[in-house]
Amino acid sequence: PLSSRCCAPSSAAPAMNCRAEVLEVSVEGRQVEEAMLAVLHTILLHRSTGKFHYKKEGTYSIGTVGTQDVDCDFIDFAYVRVSSEELDRALRKAVGEFKDALRSSGSDGMGQISLEFYQKKKSRWPFSDECIPWELWTIKVNVVNLANEQERQICREKVGEKLCEKIINIVEVMNRHEYLPKMPTQSEVDNVFDTSLKDVQPYLYKISYQITDSLGTSVTTTMRRLIKDTLAL
Amino acid sequence: AMDTDLSSQDRKDLDKFIKFFALKTVQVIVQARLGEKICTRSSSSPTGSDWFNLAIKDIPEVTHEAKKALAGQLPAVGRSMCVEISLKTSEGDSMELEIWCLEMNEKCDKEIKVSYTVYNRLSLLLKSLLAITRVTPAYRLSRKQGHEYVILYRIYFGEVQLSGLGEGFQTVRVGTVGTPVGTITLSCAYRINLAFMSTRQFERTPPIMGIIIDHFVDRPYPSSSPMHPCNYRAGEDNGAVYPSVEDSQEVCTTSFSTSPPSQCVFTVTKAHFQTPPPVVTDTLKVPVMGLAFSHQLSSSRLSYQPAALGVGSADMGYPVLFAGGLNAAHPHQLIGPGKEGGVPPVPSQPAHGTQADQDRMCTPLDGVHYSAATPSSSEDTETVSNSSEGKCGSPHDLLETIFIRKVGAFVNKPINQVTMANLDIPFAMFAPKNVELEDNDPMVNPPESPETESPLQGSLHSEGSSGSSTGNTHDDFVMIDFKPAFSKDDILPMDLGTFYREFQNPPQLSSLSIDIGAQSMAEDLDSLPEKLAVHEKNVKEFDAFVETLQ
Repeated sequence: PLSSRCCAPSSAAPAMNCRAEVLEVSVEGRQVEEAMLAVLHTILLHRSTGKFHYKKEGTYSIGTVGTQDVDCDFIDFAYVRVSSEELDRALRKAVGEFKDALRSSGSDGMGQISLEFYQKKKSRWPFSDECIPWELWTIKVNVVNLANEQERQICREKVGEKLCEKIINIVEVMNRHEYLPKMPTQSEVDNVFDTSLKDVQPYLYKISYQITDSLGTSVTTTMRRLIKDTLAL
Repeated sequence: AMDTDLSSQDRKDLDKFIKFFALKTVQVIVQARLGEKICTRSSSSPTGSDWFNLAIKDIPEVTHEAKKALAGQLPAVGRSMCVEISLKTSEGDSMELEIWCLEMNEKCDKEIKVSYTVYNRLSLLLKSLLAITRVTPAYRLSRKQGHEYVILYRIYFGEVQLSGLGEGFQTVRVGTVGTPVGTITLSCAYRINLAFMSTRQFERTPPIMGIIIDHFVDRPYPSSSPMHPCNYRAGEDNGAVYPSVEDSQEVCTTSFSTSPPSQCVFTVTKAHFQTPPPVVTDTLKVPVMGLAFSHQLSSSRLSYQPAALGVGSADMGYPVLFAGGLNAAHPHQLIGPGKEGGVPPVPSQPAHGTQADQDRMCTPLDGVHYSAATPSSSEDTETVSNSSEGKCGSPHDLLETIFIRKVGAFVNKPINQVTMANLDIPFAMFAPKNVELEDNDPMVNPPESPETESPLQGSLHSEGSSGSSTGNTHDDFVMIDFKPAFSKDDILPMDLGTFYREFQNPPQLSSLSIDIGAQSMAEDLDSLPEKLAVHEKNVKEFDAFVETLQ
């Protein structure tokens, strides 16, 4: 289920490897949101730090990241997320849109949601900044329809077990200690981190999704990029 | 020669990081087994005590236990820090569920920057630990503890002992961090044959708190459940008796530098706190936390006389009474079926001076102040090697004695004197009629299906299935959630066990049911003459075909 490959960035920036991880889950319609949130929050737990406070002489201190347990209602599963309401809201918004798109796309119920971590490379005017991805997580979702309550009960447990495996997979990837952007200076921090949240500081990330139509081709019915940097260049 | 490459300041920092990493690891694991949801707040301004930039509470008793186990040493090759999580039923049987191991191997990374990269990677590893502690089977068990069982922890230092986990235990790696003196690895080995421990069973078993009360006290206690989630922040208000980690004068203030080459200004300041005199014995007024409460538990007498519990007065509180039902002896000593056959009778006297105080409950309990009257034992020198003694009985022997009683559970007589008449609960077949090991081993003699059969199976078991080939609508197998090797279930969320249960009693074919069958039969009969005519027309082709087969 977890495949790993390096892909070149789409922009014409200096070549930098972006590692890509793919996870797949089969869930019932009402489980989509919780399953996606569990995976995305687990990834972001590992990809968020405390807020940086820069001091003189180029030193900085790091704030504290709190965590909290989240119980799922439709899945026998619990996960840990960063204690940040802003971050939770942002993820819920994205996942909600994904779920709606899945639902309205037809009965097939296949799609994928992507979480991409990127760095910004400032370009001189009049060129706009480049976004260079360094890690891409893709979660492929297959929505199943169940006939009765007994099947749903089994599905609750099975999806819970599946998500446990996904968490283990994610942690495996995180443990490889592969490329991470260098810790930035104060002037560069917004090119590496999302500094807009008040309590935590995730790496710059984007969430997008695609819905697959019944022919199996990837039809981007809605391509929405939630760009989390506050810059309005 | 290894150490000379590392500056002395780096070496000191590294040792400090490893020490506090070990302490925080224990906190995360134990807190994840308290049975409640953990929540800490993010803070954009760093505080002095948030090691690794993570808000992880320090339960003083847990820190104390960890420090006691470490005894000033650090994890090194061959000296691992282990946190053992076990389950203890109200009858006193216990079973190891997990061993979390913090180990060090010899693979060194000389190039790595201690005060920067190692620190950040340790932080990442703690986040991974937070995530992984929620996905092993013991998490869900610990969330449901309180009614029939509690979760205990034990910290030991030395060689890892995995034999108590039963056969086929699985291992999950949390992560590794390379340092100049070795590679830190964090992993968890967990039991998987929790045959009767599937969480479904727990949901269906009604709480038996009322019965416990009846057997322990003469006077009625408030009916509100004692098993409130423990808010251990309240515990801090009441004043922890053990020196908290802040008191140890090791406060970490981190600042990092981005000036090349990523120098780190890492200051460790000595904070001056008032240290209350550390009181280590059990004879003190323990704070409200469930964990501290277990000190009392472990040295209380096992008896159903409230006075004999040694805790005196009216404010002893319900939790103590419940806990009194648990055997105070070292849990490992209970496991004797391998030696004698059957389960040994629960001793009526606890073993004072046993290693009982090594085990701590993870049950969050209501806050009650009380004082213990029984003196505790001095610290034991139990070594790791004892942990596997007496565990020769198969896990099934233990499991079969769990949850076999609802009534009279705390009547103080040996298990094998309980009569079958009292057993009106699921898995009644598992109640030992005698102390024969093999007869009661459900793997040898599979029982009839209990009431709690697979719900999916129930739905497929339609009325017309009397004609099904098996004829027997019960599971022939014990309901175990197992993961058979190499089973792939990516497409559908189904494993082999579920697949079997789901399809072992398929619904009756519609053609076999009377109404539809009769209909189609009539249709078939009607269309027969037509079909025969067609076949007769083509008889030459058929003959030719048959020729080719000769």
